[in-house]
Amino acid sequence: MDWSTVQLWVGALLTLMIFSFLYKDNPFYKFAEHLFVGVSAAYWMVQGFWQQIVPNLLAKLAPGSFENIIEAARGQQPELVYIIPLILGLILLTRLIPSIAWFSRWSMAFIIGYTAGSNLPRYLVSDFIKQVEKTLALPLVATHADNWLQWIMYSVSNLVVFGGVICGLVYFYFSKEHTGAFGRASRAGIWVLMVAFGASFGYTVMARISLLIGRLEFLGSWIRSFT
Amino acid sequence: MKRTIPILITAVVGGLLIAAYFVPAPFLASADRLIPDFFNIIAAFAFVLGGGNLLRVHLTKISRRDHEWIYSVVTVAGFLVMLFAGLLKLGTGEGGAFHWTYDLADGRLLYDALYQSVFTPCQATMFSLLAFFVASASYRAFRAKTPEATVLLIAAFVILIGRTFVGGWLTAWIPEPFSEYLHIPNLSAWIMSFPNLAGQRTIQMGIALGIISNSLRLILGIERSHLGGGD
Repeated sequence: MDWSTVQLWVGALLTLMIFSFLYKDNPFYKFAEHLFVGVSAAYWMVQGFWQQIVPNLLAKLAPGSFENIIEAARGQQPELVYIIPLILGLILLTRLIPSIAWFSRWSMAFIIGYTAGSNLPRYLVSDFIKQVEKTLALPLVATHADNWLQWIMYSVSNLVVFGGVICGLVYFYFSKEHTGAFGRASRAGIWVLMVAFGASFGYTVMARISLLIGRLEFLGSWIRSFT
Repeated sequence: MKRTIPILITAVVGGLLIAAYFVPAPFLASADRLIPDFFNIIAAFAFVLGGGNLLRVHLTKISRRDHEWIYSVVTVAGFLVMLFAGLLKLGTGEGGAFHWTYDLADGRLLYDALYQSVFTPCQATMFSLLAFFVASASYRAFRAKTPEATVLLIAAFVILIGRTFVGGWLTAWIPEPFSEYLHIPNLSAWIMSFPNLAGQRTIQMGIALGIISNSLRLILGIERSHLGGGD
Protein backbone atom coordinates (compact mmCIF):
# COMPACT_ATOMS: atom_id res chain seq x y z
CA MET A 1 0.00 0.00 0.00
CA ASP A 2 1.57 3.30 -1.06
CA TRP A 3 1.58 6.53 0.94
CA SER A 4 -1.15 8.28 -1.07
CA THR A 5 -3.53 5.33 -0.43
CA VAL A 6 -2.88 5.62 3.33
CA GLN A 7 -3.63 9.36 3.14
CA LEU A 8 -6.85 8.68 1.20
CA TRP A 9 -8.00 6.10 3.77
CA VAL A 10 -7.17 8.31 6.76
CA GLY A 11 -8.99 11.26 5.18
CA ALA A 12 -12.04 9.17 4.25
CA LEU A 13 -12.33 7.51 7.67
CA LEU A 14 -12.05 10.87 9.45
CA THR A 15 -14.69 12.32 7.11
CA LEU A 16 -17.07 9.44 7.95
CA MET A 17 -16.33 9.79 11.66
CA ILE A 18 -17.31 13.49 11.57
CA PHE A 19 -20.42 12.83 9.49
CA SER A 20 -21.47 10.23 12.07
CA PHE A 21 -22.39 13.21 14.30
CA LEU A 22 -25.48 13.66 12.11
CA TYR A 23 -26.87 10.53 13.77
CA LYS A 24 -25.83 11.55 17.30
CA ASP A 25 -22.76 12.37 19.36
CA ASN A 26 -20.60 9.22 19.48
CA PRO A 27 -17.04 8.06 20.27
CA PHE A 28 -15.97 8.12 16.59
CA TYR A 29 -16.96 11.77 16.25
CA LYS A 30 -15.27 12.65 19.54
CA PHE A 31 -12.08 10.91 18.39
CA ALA A 32 -12.00 12.88 15.11
CA GLU A 33 -12.92 16.12 16.86
CA HIS A 34 -10.16 15.81 19.48
CA LEU A 35 -7.60 14.77 16.88
CA PHE A 36 -8.54 17.82 14.78
CA VAL A 37 -8.11 20.14 17.77
CA GLY A 38 -4.63 18.80 18.53
CA VAL A 39 -3.46 18.72 14.93
CA SER A 40 -4.77 22.21 14.11
CA ALA A 41 -3.15 23.75 17.21
CA ALA A 42 0.18 22.23 16.16
CA TYR A 43 -0.40 23.24 12.54
CA TRP A 44 -0.72 26.93 13.43
CA MET A 45 2.20 26.71 15.86
CA VAL A 46 4.47 25.25 13.18
CA GLN A 47 3.27 27.81 10.64
CA GLY A 48 4.03 30.62 13.09
CA PHE A 49 7.47 29.17 13.81
CA TRP A 50 8.62 28.62 10.22
CA GLN A 51 6.83 31.57 8.60
CA GLN A 52 7.45 34.22 11.25
CA ILE A 53 9.80 33.32 14.10
CA VAL A 54 12.58 31.82 11.95
CA PRO A 55 12.68 34.23 8.95
CA ASN A 56 11.49 37.46 10.58
CA LEU A 57 12.98 37.12 14.06
CA LEU A 58 15.84 34.63 14.41
CA ALA A 59 17.26 35.25 10.92
CA LYS A 60 17.26 38.99 11.59
CA LEU A 61 18.88 38.69 15.03
CA ALA A 62 21.51 36.16 13.91
CA PRO A 63 21.56 36.06 10.10
CA GLY A 64 24.81 34.05 9.97
CA SER A 65 23.27 31.10 11.78
CA PHE A 66 20.29 30.88 9.44
CA GLU A 67 21.76 31.60 6.02
CA ASN A 68 21.59 27.90 5.13
CA ILE A 69 17.82 27.86 5.72
CA ILE A 70 16.78 31.42 4.82
CA GLU A 71 18.37 32.67 1.63
CA ALA A 72 17.49 36.31 2.36
CA ALA A 73 19.62 36.18 5.53
CA ARG A 74 22.82 35.64 3.53
CA GLY A 75 25.28 38.53 3.97
CA GLN A 76 22.88 40.51 6.20
CA GLN A 77 23.85 42.39 9.37
CA PRO A 78 22.01 41.61 12.65
CA GLU A 79 19.06 43.94 13.30
CA LEU A 80 19.09 44.28 17.08
CA VAL A 81 15.81 46.20 17.14
CA TYR A 82 14.13 42.80 16.73
CA ILE A 83 15.01 42.05 20.37
CA ILE A 84 11.84 44.04 21.20
CA PRO A 85 9.38 41.51 19.65
CA LEU A 86 11.49 38.65 21.06
CA ILE A 87 11.10 40.05 24.59
CA LEU A 88 7.41 40.85 24.08
CA GLY A 89 6.83 37.37 22.62
CA LEU A 90 8.52 35.68 25.58
CA ILE A 91 6.59 37.93 27.97
CA LEU A 92 3.37 36.75 26.33
CA LEU A 93 4.25 33.19 27.38
CA THR A 94 4.23 34.23 31.06
CA ARG A 95 0.47 33.78 30.75
CA LEU A 96 1.18 30.08 31.37
CA ILE A 97 2.68 30.88 34.81
CA PRO A 98 -0.15 32.20 37.03
CA SER A 99 2.11 34.09 39.51
CA ILE A 100 3.55 36.34 36.77
CA ALA A 101 0.74 36.09 34.23
CA TRP A 102 0.06 39.84 34.51
CA PHE A 103 3.30 40.46 32.59
CA SER A 104 1.59 39.19 29.43
CA ARG A 105 -0.57 42.34 29.49
CA TRP A 106 2.42 44.22 28.04
CA SER A 107 2.44 42.05 24.93
CA MET A 108 -1.35 42.15 24.73
CA ALA A 109 -1.14 45.94 24.98
CA PHE A 110 1.21 45.97 21.98
CA ILE A 111 -1.16 43.73 19.99
CA ILE A 112 -4.15 45.93 20.90
CA GLY A 113 -2.23 49.13 20.19
CA TYR A 114 -1.23 47.82 16.76
CA THR A 115 -4.78 46.67 15.97
CA ALA A 116 -6.32 49.97 17.08
CA GLY A 117 -3.67 52.13 15.38
CA SER A 118 -3.78 50.29 12.06
CA ASN A 119 -7.57 49.84 12.00
CA LEU A 120 -8.46 53.46 12.70
CA PRO A 121 -7.10 55.05 9.49
CA ARG A 122 -7.85 51.97 7.37
CA TYR A 123 -11.52 51.74 8.33
CA LEU A 124 -11.90 55.51 8.28
CA VAL A 125 -10.73 55.67 4.67
CA SER A 126 -11.90 52.42 3.05
CA ASP A 127 -15.06 51.60 4.98
CA PHE A 128 -16.36 55.06 5.73
CA ILE A 129 -15.07 57.92 3.55
CA LYS A 130 -14.82 55.80 0.36
CA GLN A 131 -18.29 54.35 0.93
CA VAL A 132 -19.83 57.79 1.48
CA GLU A 133 -18.00 59.01 -1.63
CA LYS A 134 -19.19 56.07 -3.77
CA THR A 135 -22.80 56.51 -2.58
CA LEU A 136 -22.90 60.25 -3.19
CA ALA A 137 -21.13 59.99 -6.56
CA LEU A 138 -23.87 57.76 -8.02
CA PRO A 139 -25.83 59.44 -10.87
CA LEU A 140 -29.49 59.16 -9.84
CA VAL A 141 -30.55 59.35 -13.49
CA ALA A 142 -28.60 57.12 -15.86
CA THR A 143 -26.53 59.11 -18.37
CA HIS A 144 -26.16 56.35 -20.97
CA ALA A 145 -28.17 53.24 -21.90
CA ASP A 146 -28.81 51.07 -24.97
CA ASN A 147 -32.62 51.04 -24.65
CA TRP A 148 -35.43 52.48 -22.54
CA LEU A 149 -35.63 49.46 -20.21
CA GLN A 150 -31.91 49.58 -19.52
CA TRP A 151 -32.18 53.31 -18.82
CA ILE A 152 -34.99 52.71 -16.30
CA MET A 153 -33.13 49.83 -14.65
CA TYR A 154 -29.84 51.76 -14.40
CA SER A 155 -31.64 54.70 -12.79
CA VAL A 156 -33.71 52.49 -10.47
CA SER A 157 -30.62 50.50 -9.44
CA ASN A 158 -28.71 53.66 -8.54
CA LEU A 159 -31.74 54.99 -6.66
CA VAL A 160 -31.99 51.70 -4.75
CA VAL A 161 -28.35 51.98 -3.65
CA PHE A 162 -28.55 55.68 -2.76
CA GLY A 163 -31.95 55.49 -1.04
CA GLY A 164 -31.08 52.14 0.57
CA VAL A 165 -27.93 53.48 2.20
CA ILE A 166 -29.69 56.64 3.45
CA CYS A 167 -32.66 54.64 4.84
CA GLY A 168 -30.34 52.05 6.38
CA LEU A 169 -28.39 54.79 8.13
CA VAL A 170 -31.66 56.36 9.32
CA TYR A 171 -32.58 53.02 10.92
CA PHE A 172 -29.28 53.05 12.85
CA TYR A 173 -29.80 56.64 14.03
CA PHE A 174 -31.23 56.32 17.51
CA SER A 175 -31.05 59.95 18.68
CA LYS A 176 -34.42 60.79 17.13
CA GLU A 177 -37.71 58.97 17.56
CA HIS A 178 -38.61 56.84 14.53
CA THR A 179 -41.99 58.43 13.73
CA GLY A 180 -43.53 60.15 10.68
CA ALA A 181 -41.36 60.44 7.55
CA PHE A 182 -38.28 59.51 9.61
CA GLY A 183 -40.05 56.36 10.80
CA ARG A 184 -41.05 55.41 7.24
CA ALA A 185 -37.45 55.85 6.07
CA SER A 186 -36.31 53.75 9.01
CA ARG A 187 -38.78 51.02 8.05
CA ALA A 188 -37.50 51.09 4.46
CA GLY A 189 -34.01 50.77 5.98
CA ILE A 190 -35.09 47.56 7.73
CA TRP A 191 -36.25 46.17 4.38
CA VAL A 192 -32.91 46.97 2.77
CA LEU A 193 -31.10 45.30 5.66
CA MET A 194 -33.40 42.27 5.37
CA VAL A 195 -32.51 41.91 1.68
CA ALA A 196 -28.80 42.06 2.65
CA PHE A 197 -29.28 39.46 5.40
CA GLY A 198 -31.30 37.24 3.05
CA ALA A 199 -28.61 37.48 0.37
CA SER A 200 -25.85 36.72 2.90
CA PHE A 201 -27.87 33.78 4.21
CA GLY A 202 -28.43 32.40 0.70
CA TYR A 203 -24.75 32.79 -0.07
CA THR A 204 -23.70 31.03 3.15
CA VAL A 205 -26.05 28.12 2.45
CA MET A 206 -24.63 27.75 -1.07
CA ALA A 207 -21.04 27.84 0.26
CA ARG A 208 -21.76 25.14 2.84
CA ILE A 209 -23.56 22.96 0.29
CA SER A 210 -20.65 23.22 -2.14
CA LEU A 211 -18.32 22.13 0.70
CA LEU A 212 -20.63 19.20 1.38
CA ILE A 213 -20.59 18.23 -2.30
CA GLY A 214 -16.77 18.41 -2.18
CA ARG A 215 -16.67 15.98 0.75
CA LEU A 216 -19.12 13.61 -0.93
CA GLU A 217 -16.99 13.67 -4.08
CA PHE A 218 -13.95 12.85 -1.94
CA LEU A 219 -15.80 9.89 -0.42
CA GLY A 220 -16.77 8.87 -3.95
CA SER A 221 -13.10 8.85 -5.02
CA TRP A 222 -12.30 6.75 -1.94
CA ILE A 223 -15.01 4.21 -2.84
CA ARG A 224 -13.80 4.09 -6.47
CA SER A 225 -10.29 3.27 -5.17
CA PHE A 226 -11.63 -0.13 -3.98
CA THR A 227 -11.98 -1.32 -7.57
CA MET B 1 3.17 48.61 36.59
CA LYS B 2 0.30 46.20 35.87
CA ARG B 3 -2.04 48.74 34.27
CA THR B 4 -0.11 51.96 33.56
CA ILE B 5 2.61 50.39 31.38
CA PRO B 6 0.14 48.43 29.18
CA ILE B 7 -1.95 51.59 28.71
CA LEU B 8 1.21 53.50 27.74
CA ILE B 9 2.31 50.76 25.30
CA THR B 10 -1.12 50.78 23.62
CA ALA B 11 -1.12 54.59 23.39
CA VAL B 12 2.43 54.81 21.97
CA VAL B 13 2.04 51.97 19.43
CA GLY B 14 -1.43 53.08 18.30
CA GLY B 15 -0.45 56.76 18.29
CA LEU B 16 2.69 56.09 16.19
CA LEU B 17 0.72 54.14 13.57
CA ILE B 18 -1.95 56.86 13.28
CA ALA B 19 0.73 59.58 13.11
CA ALA B 20 2.62 57.57 10.45
CA TYR B 21 -0.50 57.53 8.30
CA PHE B 22 -0.91 61.30 8.34
CA VAL B 23 2.65 62.62 8.80
CA PRO B 24 5.33 61.78 6.20
CA ALA B 25 8.34 61.74 8.58
CA PRO B 26 11.25 59.21 8.16
CA PHE B 27 11.10 58.21 11.84
CA LEU B 28 7.38 57.46 11.57
CA ALA B 29 7.89 55.60 8.28
CA SER B 30 10.34 53.21 9.94
CA ALA B 31 7.91 52.77 12.87
CA ASP B 32 5.19 52.00 10.32
CA ARG B 33 7.46 49.33 8.78
CA LEU B 34 8.68 47.76 12.05
CA ILE B 35 5.49 47.70 14.16
CA PRO B 36 3.55 45.35 11.79
CA ASP B 37 6.64 43.07 11.71
CA PHE B 38 6.76 43.06 15.51
CA PHE B 39 3.04 42.34 15.64
CA ASN B 40 3.38 39.33 13.32
CA ILE B 41 6.21 37.93 15.45
CA ILE B 42 4.27 38.39 18.70
CA ALA B 43 1.21 36.80 17.04
CA ALA B 44 3.42 33.77 16.22
CA PHE B 45 4.30 33.56 19.93
CA ALA B 46 0.55 33.63 20.62
CA PHE B 47 0.28 30.36 18.67
CA VAL B 48 2.97 28.93 20.98
CA LEU B 49 0.93 30.17 23.94
CA GLY B 50 -2.16 28.50 22.47
CA GLY B 51 -0.29 25.20 22.05
CA GLY B 52 1.13 25.44 25.59
CA ASN B 53 -2.31 26.13 27.00
CA LEU B 54 -3.82 23.20 25.09
CA LEU B 55 -1.13 20.89 26.49
CA ARG B 56 -1.65 22.20 30.03
CA VAL B 57 -5.43 21.71 29.92
CA HIS B 58 -5.32 18.23 28.42
CA LEU B 59 -2.37 16.93 30.46
CA THR B 60 -4.19 18.06 33.61
CA LYS B 61 -7.30 16.20 32.41
CA ILE B 62 -5.24 13.05 31.75
CA SER B 63 -3.40 13.17 35.07
CA ARG B 64 -6.69 13.59 36.99
CA ARG B 65 -8.39 10.86 34.92
CA ASP B 66 -11.25 13.31 34.36
CA HIS B 67 -14.44 12.43 32.45
CA GLU B 68 -13.55 11.28 28.88
CA TRP B 69 -9.83 11.80 29.53
CA ILE B 70 -9.00 9.22 26.87
CA TYR B 71 -9.92 11.77 24.17
CA SER B 72 -7.39 14.17 25.68
CA VAL B 73 -4.75 11.52 24.92
CA VAL B 74 -5.87 11.72 21.25
CA THR B 75 -5.55 15.52 21.29
CA VAL B 76 -2.10 15.47 22.91
CA ALA B 77 -0.85 12.70 20.59
CA GLY B 78 -2.14 14.51 17.48
CA PHE B 79 -0.61 17.76 18.71
CA LEU B 80 2.82 16.28 19.47
CA VAL B 81 3.09 14.24 16.26
CA MET B 82 2.11 17.24 14.08
CA LEU B 83 4.35 19.57 16.10
CA PHE B 84 7.52 17.48 15.85
CA ALA B 85 6.84 16.55 12.22
CA GLY B 86 6.57 20.27 11.43
CA LEU B 87 9.28 21.73 13.64
CA LEU B 88 11.86 19.12 12.60
CA LYS B 89 10.58 18.98 9.00
CA LEU B 90 10.59 15.20 9.05
CA GLY B 91 10.36 13.59 5.62
CA THR B 92 8.15 10.73 4.51
CA GLY B 93 10.70 9.59 1.96
CA GLU B 94 14.48 9.26 2.04
CA GLY B 95 14.52 7.50 5.42
CA GLY B 96 12.43 10.12 7.21
CA ALA B 97 15.41 12.43 7.59
CA PHE B 98 15.47 16.13 8.58
CA HIS B 99 15.09 18.56 5.67
CA TRP B 100 15.55 22.07 7.08
CA THR B 101 15.34 23.73 3.70
CA TYR B 102 12.12 22.07 2.54
CA ASP B 103 9.08 24.26 2.15
CA LEU B 104 6.26 23.35 4.58
CA ALA B 105 3.94 22.58 1.64
CA ASP B 106 6.42 20.08 0.21
CA GLY B 107 4.68 16.74 -0.37
CA ARG B 108 7.75 14.86 0.90
CA LEU B 109 7.25 16.16 4.44
CA LEU B 110 5.28 14.22 7.04
CA TYR B 111 3.86 17.59 8.14
CA ASP B 112 2.30 18.15 4.70
CA ALA B 113 1.05 14.55 4.58
CA LEU B 114 -0.69 15.04 7.95
CA TYR B 115 -2.05 18.37 6.78
CA GLN B 116 -3.53 16.77 3.64
CA SER B 117 -4.89 13.64 5.30
CA VAL B 118 -6.01 14.90 8.73
CA PHE B 119 -6.28 18.70 8.90
CA THR B 120 -7.90 19.37 5.50
CA PRO B 121 -10.57 16.59 5.59
CA CYS B 122 -11.50 17.36 9.20
CA GLN B 123 -11.78 21.10 8.58
CA ALA B 124 -13.78 20.74 5.34
CA THR B 125 -16.11 18.13 6.85
CA MET B 126 -16.70 20.20 10.01
CA PHE B 127 -17.73 23.16 7.86
CA SER B 128 -19.78 21.02 5.47
CA LEU B 129 -21.61 19.60 8.50
CA LEU B 130 -22.97 23.11 8.96
CA ALA B 131 -24.94 22.67 5.71
CA PHE B 132 -27.31 20.37 7.62
CA PHE B 133 -27.67 22.76 10.54
CA VAL B 134 -28.16 25.70 8.18
CA ALA B 135 -30.90 23.68 6.47
CA SER B 136 -32.72 23.22 9.78
CA ALA B 137 -32.14 26.89 10.65
CA SER B 138 -33.58 27.96 7.31
CA TYR B 139 -36.69 25.88 8.00
CA ARG B 140 -37.27 28.08 11.07
CA ALA B 141 -36.16 31.33 9.39
CA PHE B 142 -38.18 30.80 6.21
CA ARG B 143 -41.53 31.49 7.79
CA ALA B 144 -43.14 34.57 6.35
CA LYS B 145 -44.66 35.77 9.63
CA THR B 146 -43.95 39.48 9.09
CA PRO B 147 -43.34 41.61 5.96
CA GLU B 148 -39.64 41.94 6.94
CA ALA B 149 -39.27 38.16 7.26
CA THR B 150 -40.95 37.79 3.85
CA VAL B 151 -38.39 40.15 2.28
CA LEU B 152 -35.57 38.09 3.83
CA LEU B 153 -37.18 34.88 2.57
CA ILE B 154 -37.62 36.16 -0.99
CA ALA B 155 -34.06 37.52 -1.19
CA ALA B 156 -32.54 34.29 0.15
CA PHE B 157 -34.75 32.15 -2.12
CA VAL B 158 -33.84 34.11 -5.26
CA ILE B 159 -30.12 33.99 -4.40
CA LEU B 160 -30.32 30.26 -3.71
CA ILE B 161 -32.16 29.18 -6.84
CA GLY B 162 -30.39 31.85 -8.94
CA ARG B 163 -27.20 29.83 -8.55
CA THR B 164 -28.69 26.51 -9.55
CA PHE B 165 -29.92 24.99 -12.80
CA VAL B 166 -33.54 25.31 -11.64
CA GLY B 167 -33.34 29.10 -11.50
CA GLY B 168 -32.43 29.39 -15.17
CA TRP B 169 -34.87 26.68 -16.24
CA LEU B 170 -37.90 28.20 -14.43
CA THR B 171 -37.60 31.58 -16.14
CA ALA B 172 -36.15 30.56 -19.51
CA TRP B 173 -39.46 31.57 -21.18
CA ILE B 174 -39.12 35.31 -20.35
CA PRO B 175 -38.49 37.22 -23.62
CA GLU B 176 -35.79 39.79 -24.34
CA PRO B 177 -35.16 42.51 -23.12
CA PHE B 178 -37.06 41.65 -19.90
CA SER B 179 -35.06 38.46 -19.35
CA GLU B 180 -32.00 40.66 -18.78
CA TYR B 181 -33.50 41.54 -15.38
CA LEU B 182 -36.26 39.00 -14.63
CA HIS B 183 -34.42 35.80 -15.56
CA ILE B 184 -33.74 34.42 -12.04
CA PRO B 185 -29.92 34.15 -12.35
CA ASN B 186 -29.88 37.80 -13.56
CA LEU B 187 -32.32 38.86 -10.84
CA SER B 188 -30.09 37.14 -8.29
CA ALA B 189 -27.06 39.04 -9.64
CA TRP B 190 -29.07 42.30 -9.50
CA ILE B 191 -30.05 41.71 -5.85
CA MET B 192 -26.40 41.03 -4.98
CA SER B 193 -25.19 44.13 -6.84
CA PHE B 194 -27.75 46.73 -5.72
CA PRO B 195 -30.14 46.19 -2.76
CA ASN B 196 -27.61 43.89 -1.07
CA LEU B 197 -24.85 46.44 -1.75
CA ALA B 198 -26.94 49.16 -0.07
CA GLY B 199 -27.52 47.00 3.02
CA GLN B 200 -23.91 45.82 3.22
CA ARG B 201 -22.65 49.38 2.78
CA THR B 202 -24.85 50.60 5.62
CA ILE B 203 -23.55 47.85 7.89
CA GLN B 204 -19.97 48.47 6.73
CA MET B 205 -20.22 52.18 7.57
CA GLY B 206 -21.72 51.38 10.98
CA ILE B 207 -18.95 48.88 11.73
CA ALA B 208 -16.31 51.40 10.58
CA LEU B 209 -17.68 54.06 12.94
CA GLY B 210 -17.72 51.52 15.78
CA ILE B 211 -14.13 50.45 15.11
CA ILE B 212 -12.92 54.05 14.85
CA SER B 213 -14.52 55.07 18.13
CA ASN B 214 -13.36 51.91 19.91
CA SER B 215 -9.81 52.32 18.57
CA LEU B 216 -9.75 55.88 19.89
CA ARG B 217 -11.03 54.73 23.27
CA LEU B 218 -8.27 52.08 23.44
CA ILE B 219 -5.48 54.43 22.39
CA LEU B 220 -6.61 57.16 24.79
CA GLY B 221 -6.84 54.63 27.62
CA ILE B 222 -10.58 55.11 28.19
CA GLU B 223 -11.36 51.49 27.32
CA ARG B 224 -9.45 49.21 29.75
CA SER B 225 -11.58 46.10 30.00
CA HIS B 226 -8.99 44.05 28.04
CA LEU B 227 -6.55 44.48 30.94
CA GLY B 228 -8.80 42.42 33.20
CA GLY B 229 -9.12 42.88 36.94
CA GLY B 230 -6.40 43.55 39.54
CA ASP B 231 -4.04 46.50 39.84
